[in-house]
Amino acid sequence: MAALTPAPAVLTDSASAPAPARPGRPRRVRVWRGIVLLIAALYFLVPLGAAFVFTVNIPNVGFTLDAYTQIFTVDGFVSSLALSLGLAVATIVLVLVLLLPAMLAVRLSAPRLKPVLEVLCTIPLVVPPISFTAGIYMLLPWAQDVLAPTPFYQTVLAIQNQNFPVVLVLAYVVLALPFAYRSLDSAFTAIDVRTLVEAARNCGASWPRVMLTVIVPNIRSGLAGAAFLTLALVLGEYTVARLLGYLPFPVWIVMISGSQAQVSVAVSVFSLLLTWALLLAVSSAGVRKRSAS
Amino acid sequence: MTGARVEFRGLRRVFGGTVALDGLDLTIEPGELVALLGPSGCGKTTALRVIAGFEQPDAGTVLIDGEDITRVPANRRDAGMVFQSYSLFPNLNARDNVAFGLRVRKVPAAKRRARAEELLALVGLPEHGDRYPHQLSGGQQQRVALARALALEPRVLLLDEPLSALDAKVRVTLREEIRRLQLALDITTIFVTHDQEEALSIADRVAVMRAGRIEQCAAPAELYDRPATAFVAEFVGTMNHLPGVLVTGSGGADGGDGPPKVTVIGQTLPVDGPVPESPEVNVLVRPEAVLVTSEPDGPARIVDSSFRGASARLRLELDGGIEVLADVPGHETARFAPGTRASVRLVDRPVLVSPRPAGSTAGAAATASDAAAPDAAGAR
Repeated sequence: MAALTPAPAVLTDSASAPAPARPGRPRRVRVWRGIVLLIAALYFLVPLGAAFVFTVNIPNVGFTLDAYTQIFTVDGFVSSLALSLGLAVATIVLVLVLLLPAMLAVRLSAPRLKPVLEVLCTIPLVVPPISFTAGIYMLLPWAQDVLAPTPFYQTVLAIQNQNFPVVLVLAYVVLALPFAYRSLDSAFTAIDVRTLVEAARNCGASWPRVMLTVIVPNIRSGLAGAAFLTLALVLGEYTVARLLGYLPFPVWIVMISGSQAQVSVAVSVFSLLLTWALLLAVSSAGVRKRSAS
Repeated sequence: MTGARVEFRGLRRVFGGTVALDGLDLTIEPGELVALLGPSGCGKTTALRVIAGFEQPDAGTVLIDGEDITRVPANRRDAGMVFQSYSLFPNLNARDNVAFGLRVRKVPAAKRRARAEELLALVGLPEHGDRYPHQLSGGQQQRVALARALALEPRVLLLDEPLSALDAKVRVTLREEIRRLQLALDITTIFVTHDQEEALSIADRVAVMRAGRIEQCAAPAELYDRPATAFVAEFVGTMNHLPGVLVTGSGGADGGDGPPKVTVIGQTLPVDGPVPESPEVNVLVRPEAVLVTSEPDGPARIVDSSFRGASARLRLELDGGIEVLADVPGHETARFAPGTRASVRLVDRPVLVSPRPAGSTAGAAATASDAAAPDAAGAR
């Protein structure tokens, strides 16, 4: 996340000035910092390394990259990954479309409602996903029965389409709300929203223009953070998708793990690297334009 | 750029139980700079926000050149505004900030760039177009904000305490530049401030506000010399509150109907303005209307002296504990060292009086309001 919050640019006046001598850090602090970093690195890298070794070191065969070469040919890999990425993009868009105007409206017009919005957005954190999914699981058949005689019946069926289950997007939006809210809230707090909006309105800008040319560019780091967290959540979510009977990437990985253990772990390692790459792309998108400016 | 006539008619705005504007009436002539001056919460910023379209009045109308704009959205008001807090868009450099409104109006890129450069030169920042807000000082940011407000050639310029976040020296320089630009462009300007020195030094007229209404709107000199009410007299400049007794006129000790007069520290002076019912009053006297003469057996003792360049302000204590502030020429400071005895006399001209608070004694009533006072000479 550190990459999402760029360091403030140096003032031009002082840009040419020689950097002040950095005060020497006590040796003990440096040692402790190194130890903490090493422990943190080991915590993440040892399981990853073990998984990698498991995929390339096959008993009685030795070192081989077969598991990785098979990834793209395994049935279901592309479709499940594409489904997950599609769900992630839809979820990110919907979360931002819902949250941005709501948060802006609350800040500008009804600051007293901010705690209400905050609590609403935080509730999904305290509801266990299994309970949440059970609710959806019970609700869908009931909705089908109740709405059968109405035009909405087709809608209920459409959101459960196996090719692109909108019901999963709706569920993921709820699950992502707490993280997206936090990220956007800190970005909004960093700017004087009211003054910027009023300044833009005073310059003749319409509300959509205010949103697109003033608010969005100035909360880019928050938007990137919200997208970043939502992407990570969707690419790793298993419970809801599995219980509702869909086959996005995480469910597919578990499914093939029973028959092709090495390939399954190789896919996990690959998906982890892919997720990191996507997260880096998302976070750097939030930073790049700022740096360019 | 030509100024427009701005009229407030019976503006009323209530927030919860707080009345921010209470029937505000004011007319600002084309090309005039009017300062709205008053203590915090008096409604001056609310009035400005109503013109800008950021607040809707509960009653009353705002007219610009006779056109009712009360319900016109903020983005169609044709009123440029400079805010109290830094309001530049952080994602845009100074040039793009200035050109923002032109871009909204779809002015061609080359034309808006030229206009932005022209305005940046006008506010003294011709070399700063490429700088981002975080690379500009507070004063520079407010100059860019001023250029941005002027970019669309608005009919009215609204300044909401634009100098309050700046240090004293920059404040003085920038306010002079604002006045220079305002005169050069002949643009109707409303300047909100709680700093009376600022208001008195650059405005054509100053409207002193209190509790959502205008107490007095007059030229700075008139406001200072002939305050219409005790509130204005106390708010603008420094004021002595000396205990006095009405001797004629309404409530006077003699019960007569002659022109009201008041006795104060042994002198009888005509009363200007409203006369309270009770004969015991506070007489409001400016320090420069107090004449001090060094006199070994005088009834006053100089407690303190503060040198202010052209003048010096003396704090004297009269026998009986009455405290008086007086201004003397700066070069005479040496004659009025603390501890020196002196005599005190008031300039013989009409004075304002206000009711003396119940329970206060003559001596205790004598105070000097000096909280936000500018140097009288500087204020003029």
